[in-house]
Amino acid sequence: MIRFDNVTKVYDQKTRPALDSISLEIDRGEFTFLVGASGSGKSTFLRLVLKEDRATHGSVYVAGRNVAHISSWRVPKMRRGIGVVFQDFRLLPNKTVFANVAFAMQVIGRSRGIIRETVPEVLKTVGLEGKENRMPHELSGGEQQRVAIARAVVNKPGILLADEPTGNLDPTTSMGIMKVLDKIHRNGTTVVMATHDDDIVNEMRKRVVELNNGVIVRDEAKALYTSMLPVVQAKTEPGHGATREAGA
Amino acid sequence: MRLAFILGEIGGGLRRNLSMVVSVILVTFVSLTFVGAAGMLQMQITQMKGFWYDKVQVAVFLCVDSSTSPTSPTCAAGPATDEQKKNIESLLDSPAVKQYVTSWTFESQPDALKHFKEQFANSPIVDSVTADQLPASFRVNMVNPEKYQIINETFSATPGVETVIDQRQLLERLFSVMNAASLVAVGIAALMLICAILLIATTIRLSAFSRRRETGIMRLVGASKAVIQLPFVLEGVIAAVIGAVLASGTIWLVARFFIQGYLAEQYKDTAFISASQVLILAPALIVLGILLAGLSSLLTLRKYLKV
Repeated sequence: MIRFDNVTKVYDQKTRPALDSISLEIDRGEFTFLVGASGSGKSTFLRLVLKEDRATHGSVYVAGRNVAHISSWRVPKMRRGIGVVFQDFRLLPNKTVFANVAFAMQVIGRSRGIIRETVPEVLKTVGLEGKENRMPHELSGGEQQRVAIARAVVNKPGILLADEPTGNLDPTTSMGIMKVLDKIHRNGTTVVMATHDDDIVNEMRKRVVELNNGVIVRDEAKALYTSMLPVVQAKTEPGHGATREAGA
Repeated sequence: MRLAFILGEIGGGLRRNLSMVVSVILVTFVSLTFVGAAGMLQMQITQMKGFWYDKVQVAVFLCVDSSTSPTSPTCAAGPATDEQKKNIESLLDSPAVKQYVTSWTFESQPDALKHFKEQFANSPIVDSVTADQLPASFRVNMVNPEKYQIINETFSATPGVETVIDQRQLLERLFSVMNAASLVAVGIAALMLICAILLIATTIRLSAFSRRRETGIMRLVGASKAVIQLPFVLEGVIAAVIGAVLASGTIWLVARFFIQGYLAEQYKDTAFISASQVLILAPALIVLGILLAGLSSLLTLRKYLKV
């Protein structure tokens, strides 16, 4: 579903690359955690999937297509296949819960009838039935994040990217959010979640890809936040094969 | 659905930036009014040219008592004699000149006085003028008014002729004044249009900034470029069109009440443009307004609202 082929991203020539010759494949229907310290390249990874940025070298494939070859006017169509959730929810404060979710359908031209049918369904999936007419500021952080998740999946994308979705939430609320994401995953959506939250990663036991200074230092199935394997040292030179040896 | 959504977005945007939208309307209104004024002046010039050029003549003025001046040696002998008059008549009928002339008439001194009295009916000067002070003249209608020089060359050296005047040249002077006025109007209009473009660009920038949250989400969920950018473009276009409609209304009012209602009443012998003629400027102004807003918003959005 997502494939990185020797991808390097350099923001500033003078500093080290944000991503350094990354190769990675995430299959359809997989649930993957992207872990690593701040500045390790997690957000850059997600931005490249969304074609918010262009890779400096290498190719990024999303749903079998090289994103570099998608013309700019087709990018919106590509993004409809990807849902995104952020740490800061990014809801529209002057719209109700229903309207926030419906907004994602309106802007891609869905008919009113389909919206009225789909939005309550999705709100039910994320556990917000009965709160359609509440305003975002009336909701708790966890509920707001559920609205954001509902908005991200309402157009039934094949991929859900979550950039530290539990970063602003307490552990109990975070687990609730993870249940929602897991439910969405079990419905067949490929989920990639960047996180710092070791409790969650340890609880979920999914694939873990660890980034450090722009390179993959670990890629394990059903893993924990910290490796059970002997630590593979981060390479110091680009092009070194350590990451791929550690790959699954 | 998408149309309703875009319309809703536009309405929201216009309400949110009301003061900026009003200023865009006013600036486009003023600038397009100047454009319209320049257009009206040009129409008036064309109208007057058509009206007057058929009527203008080349006037060959004969010598009178008072014209014994050193500047006109042909009048050294005093007022034109009958013999000199006959000579001019035969020259006008000679084949060399006749081919350029459609017709000519002779205006005697009493005729000249009569016309003079008509023209200056309200002026006290009329009472002090007598027939022998006014020159008699041959009024020549040309086949092609541009060939004035031929008449001038033929008659200015003829004894008994004081001067040859091309009335068209008098009109040209008037037209050049009107042309200059319309150039000034175009100049002011150009400045105001630059102002309008910058203001529209600023308004759209503000609008895009105040709605960056919405547009950010729209990008993420895959809204097309048109859905994201169209509301901003149309906001500018709507404001500019309102300005253009106001400008069209203003020039129509000017044409209707000032030109038709006042000038045409005061100067009945002059052809003025009518209010309905001016209305053909309206679509041009509206199209100009749309282009103005569309261009400046597209340029702004390219920079501030990438998809």
